[in-house]
Amino acid sequence: MRLLRLISGRLLSMVGTLLVISLITYLVFVLLPGDPAQLSCGRPCTPQRLAEARAFMGYDQPWWQQYLAFLGGLFAGRTFGSGAAAVHCAAPCFGYSFQLNESVTQLIVNRIPVTFSIAIGAAVLWLILGVGAGVVSAVRRGSAMDRAAMTFSTVGVSAPSYLLGLLGILLFGFTLNMVPVNGYVALTEDPVGWLWHLVLPWCVLALIHAAIYARLTRGQMLEVLGEDYIRTARAKGLRERKVVGRHALRNVLIPVITVFGIDLGSLLGGAVITERVFSMPGLGALLLDAVGNVDLPLIVGVTLFSAFLIILANFLVDLIYNVVDPRVAR
Amino acid sequence: MSTDTPLAPPAPARPPRPARRRGVRQLWQRLAADRWAVAGAGGVAFFLVVAAAAPLFSALGGHDPYSYDLDALTDSGAPKGFGGGISGAHWFGVEPMTGRDLFAIVVHGARTSILVGAGATAASMLIGVVVGLTAGFYGGWYDRVVTRVVDVLLGFPYLIFVIGLGAIVPTSLPKPLLLVGVLAVFGWPGVARVVRSQTLALKQRTFVVASTALGAGGWHLLVRQLLPNLTATIIVYATIKIPAMIGAEAALSFLGVGVPPPTPAWGRSIGEAIAWVQTDPMFLVFPGAALFLATLAFNLLGDGLRDAFDPKTAGLRR
Repeated sequence: MRLLRLISGRLLSMVGTLLVISLITYLVFVLLPGDPAQLSCGRPCTPQRLAEARAFMGYDQPWWQQYLAFLGGLFAGRTFGSGAAAVHCAAPCFGYSFQLNESVTQLIVNRIPVTFSIAIGAAVLWLILGVGAGVVSAVRRGSAMDRAAMTFSTVGVSAPSYLLGLLGILLFGFTLNMVPVNGYVALTEDPVGWLWHLVLPWCVLALIHAAIYARLTRGQMLEVLGEDYIRTARAKGLRERKVVGRHALRNVLIPVITVFGIDLGSLLGGAVITERVFSMPGLGALLLDAVGNVDLPLIVGVTLFSAFLIILANFLVDLIYNVVDPRVAR
Repeated sequence: MSTDTPLAPPAPARPPRPARRRGVRQLWQRLAADRWAVAGAGGVAFFLVVAAAAPLFSALGGHDPYSYDLDALTDSGAPKGFGGGISGAHWFGVEPMTGRDLFAIVVHGARTSILVGAGATAASMLIGVVVGLTAGFYGGWYDRVVTRVVDVLLGFPYLIFVIGLGAIVPTSLPKPLLLVGVLAVFGWPGVARVVRSQTLALKQRTFVVASTALGAGGWHLLVRQLLPNLTATIIVYATIKIPAMIGAEAALSFLGVGVPPPTPAWGRSIGEAIAWVQTDPMFLVFPGAALFLATLAFNLLGDGLRDAFDPKTAGLRR
């Protein structure tokens, strides 16, 4: 019951946040630049054609009606124009790219496998690497291993992912000829090729994030190991492995999960950079192309979609909290 | 946190002035004893000097970052000679396709990075501290509005949004100024959140309660009682924020939506180097090393400062 109330409360605030973000995004990208119809009207653009294009896209309406139509499209889909020339955009309609003649939702869905492949693989790798290195560093505090991990982590925090990525391409791609230097192969098409193309992006993203997680985990672990209940656990004769793995790690993971939720959300931003470095046709590449072509509906759609992912990630973190830490539940 | 209170005497028990002076001296001693922090401070000083005297340095090399030198290039546009055209005339080689002096570009790039990084940090710290302090202090509906706005902005996919802005911003607008503004808009919520929570904690402390009982006004409490106790947080946060802002500017320039050409920017050079990784790796290495070292220096200094302000030993933070 309590959990249910928590979930519904969080869901409500999620929807509120998304509404505000969508309104701001819509105002900035569709209403500020003047006339989006002008952009897709073509040349020469007669006044009559311009008016037609405007009416077709729905830009002849007052701004709040345009925004409401956009919101309606998200839930019920919408149709642009009428008669034989009409295009339908099925729900959830994130908008329609008149330049590509495709619904934004479809364009996003086409690119998701690439971006998610990069993101999920990297996230798994950096959690294992980062938390592992942090725990070992804390347990063997002051050892050579600890110092090496912390030095590495300071360096890793300062290295931009694209720099590391390009150096990786230079070393492992061109010089050693071990991995492909760019591109993406679908998992369903060629699983080995998929893995091979993703190894380098995963490692680059994982190394940089692992640096942050190693520091965080180490700091938390040191704090937790000084707590009374750890002494109790040791006093009752538990093996050190069990003390660290069961009793300490569970408490260490709570702040790690918080950061992980934030990172998962912003990973999409990071994916733009990774995809540019490795020339992969994901969501980031879609966005950069949209910016290049001034395809405003597409920009709005991608922005909103990533806001949705960020907020969803935060919501999931809140839920996981309740499972990992019973104290939060109170 | 609860365990160290009996050990550290509460700050207001002492007369404020000598305590503060001793705190500063202690801080210096701790900082000077930390090798990495000293190295970081040295690096920061170095990059500040380079940024301030960029024209001087590039004049020393004999080139400015804007003039083309097509004689230094082969017919395909790649630099002539070893290591991307490194020579007595071009210390770091030249830029492919244009032949502009890479040393001058890297040196002037420091200026762009540090100006944008420091400007965006200053703006977001100013907004964040003012908003966070007042929200934590006054509470009520104002606090609720601030918390809500902060939540929305932190949930905003800011990198995606800023990249998108590249499509609609009129070219007449000075891009570096716009970058500072945009980075500040998305940078202050984090600061406000930290400052607000610390203000909430400080408000309960005896010295603030005593001041209030003695009839101190809101302005006095904010500026003379609360703000000095937030100094450590603000300094540490700002030092860590600068490299983050430098990184953000470089990332945007790398993607082609940051500082536009011909203004030298490390991130943009690295972005252009993608096409030349195989044929001219030095074009990647020099701007990349500069960006990495500058970020590292600020991070080391920030870490050192945070350790020096450590609450468990100094009682200055929190």
